[in-house]
Amino acid sequence: MVVLAAVVFTFLAVGGPLFLVLAERKISAWIQARVGPKHVGPHGILQTVADTVKLLQKESIVPHRADVVLFTAAPVLVAVAALLDWIVIPFAPGVIVRDLNVGILYFAAVSSLTVIGILTGGWASNNKYSLLGGLRSAAQMVSYELPLGFSLLVVATLTGTLSTVRIVEAQPYPAHFYPSVIVAAVVFLIAATAEANRIPFDLPEAEAELVAGYFSEYTPMRFALFQLGEYGALLASSALFTTLFLGGWKGPFALPGVGPVVDGMVWFLLKTYAVVFFLMWVRWTYPRFRIDQLLNVSWKILLPVSMANLLVAGVLVVLG
Amino acid sequence: MNAEALAFYALAAMVLVGGFLVVQSRNLVHAAISLVPTLLGVAGLYVLLNAEFVTAIQILIYVGAITVLILFVILLTEGATGLRVRQRNEQVPLALLVCGTLVVLFLVVLLRVPWGPPTGPMPAYNPGAVGRSFLIPYVLAFEVTSLVILASLVGAIVVARREG
Amino acid sequence: MIGPAHYLGVSALLFGLGLYGVLTRRNAVAILMGIELMLNAANINFVAFTKFVDPTFVRGHVAALIIITLAACEAVVGLALVINAYRHLETVNVDQVNLMKG
Repeated sequence: MVVLAAVVFTFLAVGGPLFLVLAERKISAWIQARVGPKHVGPHGILQTVADTVKLLQKESIVPHRADVVLFTAAPVLVAVAALLDWIVIPFAPGVIVRDLNVGILYFAAVSSLTVIGILTGGWASNNKYSLLGGLRSAAQMVSYELPLGFSLLVVATLTGTLSTVRIVEAQPYPAHFYPSVIVAAVVFLIAATAEANRIPFDLPEAEAELVAGYFSEYTPMRFALFQLGEYGALLASSALFTTLFLGGWKGPFALPGVGPVVDGMVWFLLKTYAVVFFLMWVRWTYPRFRIDQLLNVSWKILLPVSMANLLVAGVLVVLG
Repeated sequence: MNAEALAFYALAAMVLVGGFLVVQSRNLVHAAISLVPTLLGVAGLYVLLNAEFVTAIQILIYVGAITVLILFVILLTEGATGLRVRQRNEQVPLALLVCGTLVVLFLVVLLRVPWGPPTGPMPAYNPGAVGRSFLIPYVLAFEVTSLVILASLVGAIVVARREG
Repeated sequence: MIGPAHYLGVSALLFGLGLYGVLTRRNAVAILMGIELMLNAANINFVAFTKFVDPTFVRGHVAALIIITLAACEAVVGLALVINAYRHLETVNVDQVNLMKG
């Protein structure tokens, strides 16, 4: 079971971002009333393969007087942190790499490691725009970790456990918990979008503002690692959202003829990609926030709302 | 040499080498980044000690927040550019003597105490046990710590604010 | 068999490294990093004692969590002071902050 989970994890966590890059282009094309890439392979499916080959054969440059050790280590740290948090995501009943009994806390802890990679990458590029982008991105990610943590705490309070498998098994939630759960879900989605540096929160990597932000100086393979980290974090946050709020691997009906494992995985993948589609839809619909508006939203709106939500959730649990 | 011993020695090496780099690096940003393997190694030691909740909190707060804070301040003050500045003051021989003596003293004393067998079983579900401890016997410490957090938050904002 | 002695040895060495950092560094932020190392060494001791000596009420974990929290508070206030000092005195080397001397 662990081996199966490890295989699924490899495909999902590493192959997922490759698929997501293509999905993003196709979805954005559909929203913008045009057709996306369609030359490479049937309907453009092999576009990402072509992109990867192109990236692999580009020259890899380290900027003059940049700090080589840190420059190389930064994208590795971001990618590893984005991959490590897949350990606690359950794909099907019994298929999870390791059911830690502090599951969602571990997820929050490992997601906070990406900030250091981004700061290091911004500084090690020896480029003032990269540094500014890195500082802004780090400030944004640190600010949005708090509402994220609070909404995870609400789920932990309502189900009485921190383990992801037990949280999936405890759903659907009893009816009187739902107001609290819905607020927590909305806060989690907003905070996860900000954590993954997606529009409307992607000022640190906006093309018109700071060249490409903290990864301006990163040529192909290292850039690919950063992208792996970013899309991997997005996919992992969507997977966690599915696990915590949408019921994980539980489906409304059992698929005929397949065992519980495959049935669970199909529902899980459907729900996760539905969340990813929703987030991409948001990305191509809204403009981006300014840095001060972004920080305002986190500290003055999301944080009090999530704290009040936690209080309400605690009261609801005590009242039964 | 079983797996636990191997893990312990690997983590201890990570902690001590990282710690050495933190205090010896001439480049301050390298020193701050070396805090990351040190603190992650300490978190790994907590895992070996069956303290999962403390591990998660250590990674979340120490590596995810305090290290970021230290990096921010280094990048905002002159630490990152003052690479030619002498980083060590003139107390090095005296400090070596004092630290060496202290460490030897610790090792001699601590390794001679016959630490007996544990007085009871370790609770299985860590976060629950910690939560109950915070709310029943040690609730005063919990409340006072919250007040300290509030005071330091307000104090830091007031001190670091720009004038006018 | 990894016993309490191993963990106490590691934490003693880490404490010594942290103390050396505090005593010999000139930059204020570097001194703070040494302090964090010392606090981590103390935490290792507490958690090791919980496992090997007295697990009732997981007191050692409670103490370690309180120390982590207080270390965060102290780092925050200390770094705010460093930023403020840098704005007024243009330096963060502690041996150059001598306005009150003499």
